[in-house]
Amino acid sequence: MDRFIQVLVDGWATGSLYGALAVAVVLIYRATGIVNFAQGELAMFSTFIAWGLMQAGLPLGLAVLATLALSFVGGMLIERVIIRPVEGGEVLTLVIVTLGLYILVNSLAGWIWGFGNRAFPSLFGDGSFDVAGAAVPYESIGIVVVLIALVAILFAVFQRTKVGLAMRAVAMNPESSRLHGISVGRTLMIGWGVASLVGALAGVLIAPRLFLDVNFMGAVLIYSFAAATLGGFDSPLGALIGGWIVGIAEGLAGTYVDFIGSDLKILVPLTVILVVLLIRPTGLFGSAEVARA
Amino acid sequence: MSLLEVSDLEAGYGPVTVLRGISFSVEEGRIVTVLGPNGAGKTTTLRALSGTVRRSGSIRFDGKDVSKRSPEKLARKSVAHVPEGRGTFTGLTCEENLRVGAFPRRDKAGVAEDMKRCFGYFPRLEERRDQHAGAMSGGEQQMLAIARALMLRPRLMLLDEPSLGLAPKLTAELFKILEKIAREEGVTMLLVEQNANLVLKFADDAHVLEAGRIVLSGTAEEIQADEGIRRSYLGV
Repeated sequence: MDRFIQVLVDGWATGSLYGALAVAVVLIYRATGIVNFAQGELAMFSTFIAWGLMQAGLPLGLAVLATLALSFVGGMLIERVIIRPVEGGEVLTLVIVTLGLYILVNSLAGWIWGFGNRAFPSLFGDGSFDVAGAAVPYESIGIVVVLIALVAILFAVFQRTKVGLAMRAVAMNPESSRLHGISVGRTLMIGWGVASLVGALAGVLIAPRLFLDVNFMGAVLIYSFAAATLGGFDSPLGALIGGWIVGIAEGLAGTYVDFIGSDLKILVPLTVILVVLLIRPTGLFGSAEVARA
Repeated sequence: MSLLEVSDLEAGYGPVTVLRGISFSVEEGRIVTVLGPNGAGKTTTLRALSGTVRRSGSIRFDGKDVSKRSPEKLARKSVAHVPEGRGTFTGLTCEENLRVGAFPRRDKAGVAEDMKRCFGYFPRLEERRDQHAGAMSGGEQQMLAIARALMLRPRLMLLDEPSLGLAPKLTAELFKILEKIAREEGVTMLLVEQNANLVLKFADDAHVLEAGRIVLSGTAEEIQADEGIRRSYLGV
């Protein structure tokens, strides 16, 4: 029983991390209709910036805040310089561009910081407390709380603010948005900025659980795609809940299904993606396109 | 001074030129219609004005040159374009669609007031307020498109075939409401239509387009009265 609770709590926290990156993926998908394969690498790059700032003497909290701000600006720049020229083009073109960005960012990080791995401190310290015999790290609770707060804030921004309304409008009908005075380019830039910020947050939350190196987000990206697919790809809340389900399923399968263990855990997200696409392609919270001619 | 002055306007898509240099002006407070057969360049005229196609020539709105202005900047200058296909934001609710229409405005109280006004003109929209716009009927979406344009508090409305796909009865109703908006609120309208008979009854001035050129201009009565014109251009 203790072990079961432990697995659940760990899975929940891990799942929140998958959810965090999935939210970033979903934000860009909602805004532009493309899946940004480079999302994980951008998060990795942001995390290295946070690490670099700490090496330069900044305290952890300040380094993370500065990193979030820099990532926001960086995401906007990437949209403006790399994505804008191909925006509205073929889906395949855009996918290839994000794959190119993946390789570019990965190599750039290796060139700057090398390929060794580094420890990254947790924002929430190392302590833990007991729940029914299971040791629950403060970190797990912290991650879950931060992620719930993040999704709540995003929801409020999308539903209650003008910027959020503009972002939704542009995602649905860019041409009509322009006729109503909305600058499509600027709105998409903000979308990429927010996604990069969310990705950076995912990165600094994930890094303490793994080691920070240039490839540490690779596997996480697969899990987060599974989370986004399960959640419905256009719903941040769905991405988070999808992340929880994937994280807990991964933990349970790794612990209780003998042949999976820790080596074959990567099967879990792939199975989730496959099953969701077969049974319910719109995911749990995704919206099927409602339209009549 | 006219509210809108257009001279030598050329426009087209890619290598294809559709408008071959048209000139006309629209006086403030008037309802002006552009008539012509399919492919004459009616829709292109409106799109050239709002800047959603390649164009050249001079466009002056309220005395200022707007021929280089992007669609979003022109919208912020109170020019509302109700496009072909209605431009519905299908995943947003009816009310959210109206809020998108008010995007450039900062006066919250005025926006709330205008939303009430729109519901006054189109009570159907108030009934559908929280529904997804994509699930509304064609007629309702056309009302929504006009209401969304009104939310800008426009000085000039560019309307692209508001009657397209609507039942005759609904079309007649819609034109009555448009006329009311124009007369009571002093909104200038430039309206493109295939249905010449209908639109000439309520327009003040008309221009007839053929193959990208204006072949005829005059008051609506003149155009309607002229037998030769009716036969050759309006097909009625």
